[in-house]
Amino acid sequence: MEDPPIEECEHDDINKTEQDTQMEESKQNNKDVEVAPALIAVHPTQNSVAVSVGSDLRVFNVPEDCAVTLVDESGGASHNDSIRAIKYGANGKLFVSAGDDKLVKVWSTESWRCISTVYSEKRVSALAVSNDGLHVCFADKFGVVWVVDLPGVDGSEAPLNRKAVPLLGHYCSIITSLEFSPDGRFIVSADRDFKIRVTVFPKKPLDGAHEIQSFCLGHKEFVSCLAFICTPDYLQGILVSGSGDSTVRMWDVISGSLLDTCEVGAKAEQLKFDTSEANCSTVTDICTIPDCTLIAVAIQSLQGIMLLSCNLPSETLSVVKVVSIVGENFIPTSLGSSISGGLLWMVTGASKLSGSDHSSLSRVKVISGFRKSSPDSLEQEPVVLGDCEIPGGAKLLEKLQGSISIDEKVFLAAAEAVKTAMCNLLIKKQYSVEKRECRKRTRNDKKMR
Amino acid sequence: MLENKANPTINKSTGLPRKRFYRARAHSNPLSDSHFPIPLSPSHVDYSLHYPQLFPSSDQINGSKIQFADIGCGFGGLLISLSTLFPETLMIGMELRDKVTEYVKERISRLRVANPGQYQNISVVRTNSMKYIPNYFEKGQLSKMFFLFPDPHFKEKNHRRRVISPHLLHEYAYVLQVGGIIYTITDVEELGEWMKSCLENHPMFEALSLEELEADPAVKLLSTATEEGQKVARNGGQTFQAVYRRIVPAS
Repeated sequence: MEDPPIEECEHDDINKTEQDTQMEESKQNNKDVEVAPALIAVHPTQNSVAVSVGSDLRVFNVPEDCAVTLVDESGGASHNDSIRAIKYGANGKLFVSAGDDKLVKVWSTESWRCISTVYSEKRVSALAVSNDGLHVCFADKFGVVWVVDLPGVDGSEAPLNRKAVPLLGHYCSIITSLEFSPDGRFIVSADRDFKIRVTVFPKKPLDGAHEIQSFCLGHKEFVSCLAFICTPDYLQGILVSGSGDSTVRMWDVISGSLLDTCEVGAKAEQLKFDTSEANCSTVTDICTIPDCTLIAVAIQSLQGIMLLSCNLPSETLSVVKVVSIVGENFIPTSLGSSISGGLLWMVTGASKLSGSDHSSLSRVKVISGFRKSSPDSLEQEPVVLGDCEIPGGAKLLEKLQGSISIDEKVFLAAAEAVKTAMCNLLIKKQYSVEKRECRKRTRNDKKMR
Repeated sequence: MLENKANPTINKSTGLPRKRFYRARAHSNPLSDSHFPIPLSPSHVDYSLHYPQLFPSSDQINGSKIQFADIGCGFGGLLISLSTLFPETLMIGMELRDKVTEYVKERISRLRVANPGQYQNISVVRTNSMKYIPNYFEKGQLSKMFFLFPDPHFKEKNHRRRVISPHLLHEYAYVLQVGGIIYTITDVEELGEWMKSCLENHPMFEALSLEELEADPAVKLLSTATEEGQKVARNGGQTFQAVYRRIVPAS
């Protein structure tokens, strides 16, 4: 009978330390989530290439072989906090950037002046530009997709600050990706709760999008990225999505049905020599090569990219090739391609890296070998271009990377940081029963005994 | 379970579960990420689990699907009344609170035993209907949706937690068939105004006429079938209902 009192004391101590560790953990989690991956976007005709790292937006003009200076009369020439999404409009006239500073900036790609700044109530997590360039949609971390109109704006007019209105909402879920279908009929939104929603994009977007076309359900983890395959035979486009469940899936947006699933994580695992790490095969980005049925996939543990081919008549996905990058620890965080270039652009990097001498990293690489003449297969082997072979060469790299050479160790630190950030943000935390009870103690509506 | 051992949670005379052993707070936070299983898609909903007599195996050879959904079904009063009124229709209740869902499960199971052949068409599932309705129902699957005495979430900052809101109505319009009906009722006047205006302003819903309301047997149940409704009647309170039909929007 002497045991119970001693046990109680011990129990109290355990509870105290649990609470302390939780406070530390949540602080660490917040810091980890602050890390922002580097993003890349390519102009539809490869007129320019843009890279964002943290709050820094860097653009290089390829034909004129010079760095671009961004002009923004209303404020700083860049963002005040991490940029979370960048995109070129399909017609090539507009470029949009947005992120944690709750600003959506619309830039003209001719003058590179900021022609419009839109204020968001919450941090922005995804962006899309309508195919006709008249509307910009952005999504916040609370699940609301906003729309703002840009009627006939060209670079010469004064910067307009228009107000955005809500278009649709995913209830309380972080929206990770937004895409318009190639024919402009639908806007597709993907979220943290494994869902992809296809909504009819109305003729008057400012009145809201009421009609949901379908839900594409089947992913078993957060959906991280969306892309449309568009070929002359399939102008309405086929949707592909990547997810934290290590798969790439193909969908029919009209009915929402799942056409095929490709277990890219499993394939990537087969290539790894070191199997000590598990569960790191999240698909981080997908990029379709225009006019082609090839899809480039970036996976968290893969140093390089995986190429998938989509067979449209049979509606199946298959792995064609894995392009490894040797000599560097290069795990892409973002992919981009242009319509005519036949090149796949990749960037790896992150910002706000803690515990490292470098606060940010960005490294650009290019793969060539995709030609219009052979949309279904690879005529020549895809080749990772050397630094001097890429368009723009050293000048482009200096502008987009900030420097030409980068320390090896920084790559690994950046890759780890990005992995942790994505995990903390998008994967639901599983708590044990004791921990959950402990967390409930800090609720302010429950009476403390 | 031994016959001699009395189960305190079950009322000895009626054989039905006692509410006092299924105590739960009236409010539940729809924003919290609770851990309960969600079907991957509507085709993954296990009908044999919910309606074992009608679906003996997991294969849905029967072909019929759930048509009525009671969102926030509470202690199950409406479902039980609807079950005998529409014996050929499959219905499901959705409830966020764990204990309350357990109570309803127990209640349905005991009713099925006491009334062979009856109450086989109703069931309950613990889920967050504000997030996961598309996981349970296909496009245009439902013909009736019920929202009886939803949580008013009085504070303006909590209005986004209300189960009827402009954005959520898009999802309800998606799962309701054209011609399907949405029933709402509350005893809180401000909430009643809110729900009515959300529905009125939504292009995919139109109000039912007085004649249609009179003719609909489900309308009469709104204020009388549930425990909440009976409590309001006992206290002589007023109720505010809004019943709308899902239509094809005029383009």
